Amino acid sequence: MNTQGRKTTPDAESTAGTDVGTFTGHKGLVHEEPLIFELDNPGVTGVDLEAAPAVASRLGGLKARTGIGLPGLSEPTVVRHYTRLSQKNFGIDSAMYPLGSCTMKHNPRLNEKLARLPGFGDIHPMQPQSTVQGALELIDQLAHWLKTLTGMPAVAMSPAAGAHGELCGLMAIRAALQARGEGNRTRVLVPESAHGTNPATAAFCGFTVDAIPAEANGRVSVEAVKAKLGPDVACIMLTNPNTCGLFEPQVKAIADAVHAAGGYFYCDGANYNAIVGRVRPADLGVDAMHINLHKTFSTPHGGGGPGSGPVVLSDALAPYAPLPYVVHGADGFRLVEHAGEVEGDAQPFGRLKAFHGQMGMFVRALAYIMSHGADGLRQASSDAVLNANYVKARLQDLMSVPFDGYCMHEALFDDRFLKDTGVTTLDFAKAMIDEGFHPMTMYFPLVVHGAFLIEPTETESKATLDQFIGAMRHLAGKAKASDAAHFLAAPRYTPRRRLDETAAARKPVLRWTPPAA
Amino acid sequence: MRYLPLTEADRRDMLAAIGAPSVDALFGDVPAAAHLTQPIAGLAPHQGELQVERALSRLAARNVPAGSCPSFLGAGAYRHHVPASVDQLLTRGEFLTSYTPYQPEVTQGTLQYLFEFQTQVALITGMDVANASMYDGATACAEAVLMANRVTRRNRAVLSGGLHPHYRDVTATTTGVLGVELVTLPADPKGIEDLAAAIDDKTSCVVVQNPTLFGHIADLTPLAEACHAKGALLVVVVTEVVSLGLMPSPGSMGADIVVAEGQSIGNGLNFGGPYLGLFATRDKFVRQMPGRLCGETVDADGKRGFVLTLSTREQHIRREKATSNICTNSGLCALAFTMHLSLLGELGFTGLATLNHAKAVQLADKLAAAGVTVLNQGFFNEFTVQVKGDAAALVDTLAAEPILAGVPVSRLHPGQADLADLLLVAVTETTTEDDMDALVKALGGTL
Repeated sequence: MNTQGRKTTPDAESTAGTDVGTFTGHKGLVHEEPLIFELDNPGVTGVDLEAAPAVASRLGGLKARTGIGLPGLSEPTVVRHYTRLSQKNFGIDSAMYPLGSCTMKHNPRLNEKLARLPGFGDIHPMQPQSTVQGALELIDQLAHWLKTLTGMPAVAMSPAAGAHGELCGLMAIRAALQARGEGNRTRVLVPESAHGTNPATAAFCGFTVDAIPAEANGRVSVEAVKAKLGPDVACIMLTNPNTCGLFEPQVKAIADAVHAAGGYFYCDGANYNAIVGRVRPADLGVDAMHINLHKTFSTPHGGGGPGSGPVVLSDALAPYAPLPYVVHGADGFRLVEHAGEVEGDAQPFGRLKAFHGQMGMFVRALAYIMSHGADGLRQASSDAVLNANYVKARLQDLMSVPFDGYCMHEALFDDRFLKDTGVTTLDFAKAMIDEGFHPMTMYFPLVVHGAFLIEPTETESKATLDQFIGAMRHLAGKAKASDAAHFLAAPRYTPRRRLDETAAARKPVLRWTPPAA
Repeated sequence: MRYLPLTEADRRDMLAAIGAPSVDALFGDVPAAAHLTQPIAGLAPHQGELQVERALSRLAARNVPAGSCPSFLGAGAYRHHVPASVDQLLTRGEFLTSYTPYQPEVTQGTLQYLFEFQTQVALITGMDVANASMYDGATACAEAVLMANRVTRRNRAVLSGGLHPHYRDVTATTTGVLGVELVTLPADPKGIEDLAAAIDDKTSCVVVQNPTLFGHIADLTPLAEACHAKGALLVVVVTEVVSLGLMPSPGSMGADIVVAEGQSIGNGLNFGGPYLGLFATRDKFVRQMPGRLCGETVDADGKRGFVLTLSTREQHIRREKATSNICTNSGLCALAFTMHLSLLGELGFTGLATLNHAKAVQLADKLAAAGVTVLNQGFFNEFTVQVKGDAAALVDTLAAEPILAGVPVSRLHPGQADLADLLLVAVTETTTEDDMDALVKALGGTL
């Protein structure tokens, strides 16, 4: 996730190929696949349409467009093309994907099926509300469980992803401060270990960012926070469990100190999956926390979205939740869509998204919660933490651990164990690919050097973990035995070997263009 | 607990390897008072697929799917036919269960389709370059205003009265916290506003939707010239992306940034989300763009490959100096878009747009013949009709039939008496002649 200490251009040593060569360039199941534009067969289409009624155009004098440049492809060509592309991809379905902080757990297929029911997938956001009562009830039910699980009194459902949820939380804080006449609180405290989205969101919301250093034990201390507090502090953005995979033991004391100084506590809930059913954020003094439904509640990551980031809110922030939201009236559920329809003490800060939120993700998340139930959710968190500690315990003699003690749902290592081996964290990650595993998150968090952040999740079996641990021990041993060449040439067995990121950024080619005639 | 592979014996063995007495001991950093000792209040124990499916199917059955009756709903979300192969391919686990392609050697599938997606978006908008997607059209619109401010170093944006009010509100919410000044023109149901007159030397951009909320379409070339004469950018918003198969591209009319809702291609209605924000611009502005970008490069063997690039604009590198805080975007929705548009191709995309327009003309003619007033001279696949009395009340009455007659303007522009009798009516290739006749009968009967 970061370029710290990371090479972005292939080394000379790594260019020693393993390719014996085939006539076609294909290698068994892995095909060399051109771009769709290079498969163009003009005049062909993969969709048959009915004939358009013969009417005079009503384009207000505009000329109908021609020559867009889209390629012509038949359905079999398109199906084969995207099937081949899929075969060049790693997914959770393929193998263990221990990408720290990203929570790559199994995505249940029941949830896919249910999200596609016409009653959820084929309803329009602007239908009369009498025709979508089941959808509004579903949103209300999910909201209920998110509030109950976190112990928080309110939730804003519309944010589209975690970073969008952060924006929602900070806007609610800003609105609350302004309502108190304290709009002069413009400083946001963000620990160094935070996800990049935290400082980016604070800045995107008009705040200035003030970094809090991490302690030697990977935690944030109440003293360090107190030293930064002042009458201009709007809030702290604290990730808990934090990005080092550790629960912040002083979190409640930090929350109390921030509150005493007139600020709010925004909790980055990216790691909430470690504590569901075991700890309620409300009991830690949280004022706002986003929940990544695509992490904790297992909606698919889809190659980078769509996500969903509902934000639970304390009583102090609840009145400022954005439009629209669902209320339960005498004659069923109702969407409040405009400031003019607001009742009670609500003062929505605005609107974050065109419509009501990521309904497709809501269906999947509710199905996940119901499938696990009260016992399963707690067991899932427990197993996630157990799996991470097992990995940590089995690797700590060969790899280097920056922070002693038990971890939560992810195990953090640094690169001290690679000192003088000629192997970097990046090289190690590429060798893991050849072993059939997706690499861990590398070079994040920034507070340790050459970070390896490993999150196995609860959906990996002990047998898979043992194989993973075996592979990691094998590689750590190889690195220490000065077999750097093995790492520098990796990955060998992938559709592409190391890619030149420096060249890509120096002279960006961001689209296909037709070859010069 | 079908998703949890560990057995009790596994857990005991693992605790022994860790040297921990219990799982509870692993949670030792949690303050004593914060440990939950009771099960979640009111939540049943784990349930089988059958039970969960039964419960959620019951909720689904209480909704009226748009495809189950005549539907004329649009206003930023459109019901189109998505070829069966799109969803079949989309659910391949290698696409569905993959993460953001940070390790390019094992995510060439995702990266290549993003490169194809960026190219397709650039082609249909008539722009040089597009990003790998945003959350939806409205958030893309807000980001476009912020980008125009960065490019021009100005702080005042003019929003057309034909802009979807939700886009206006998301833009106001997002830019308001940064002190951006918005000049918002009043709702423009007749398509007669003079945007050029609102531009001055402090204007960073003009945001105009084409077709407008009310369905009007315009040649934006004069407006682009007016913008550029004052050093402002033209931001063009497209909420019905199928229109780009028939109407001149925003790029050809002089747009500097094009944002669109891409839901119409490849993606279902989904009650408003997840959707797909498209974002395209000129080459010269690429380093000011928000969002992820995929670029072409070569691998260690010299073979063509793809990577995420120009990430020094992004939050995970630049933190508080990033161009946006966006991280997760709409990757899978972008894949659905790309596959559907690949199936359509040049012939299919222009044919689909032509079919949508022709059917809309057919309905407008039928309505006019029945004595219903259509406000638009020109339109693509959506237009505004004037009904007798309150359009929202009429829509609610017809919902009982059920006919989903369209979106009453008052739901988007509430509290304006002069708009209360206006109804937005959208037509797509899914609309049949029987559907049209049902609407004509319903609306004609109200006169």
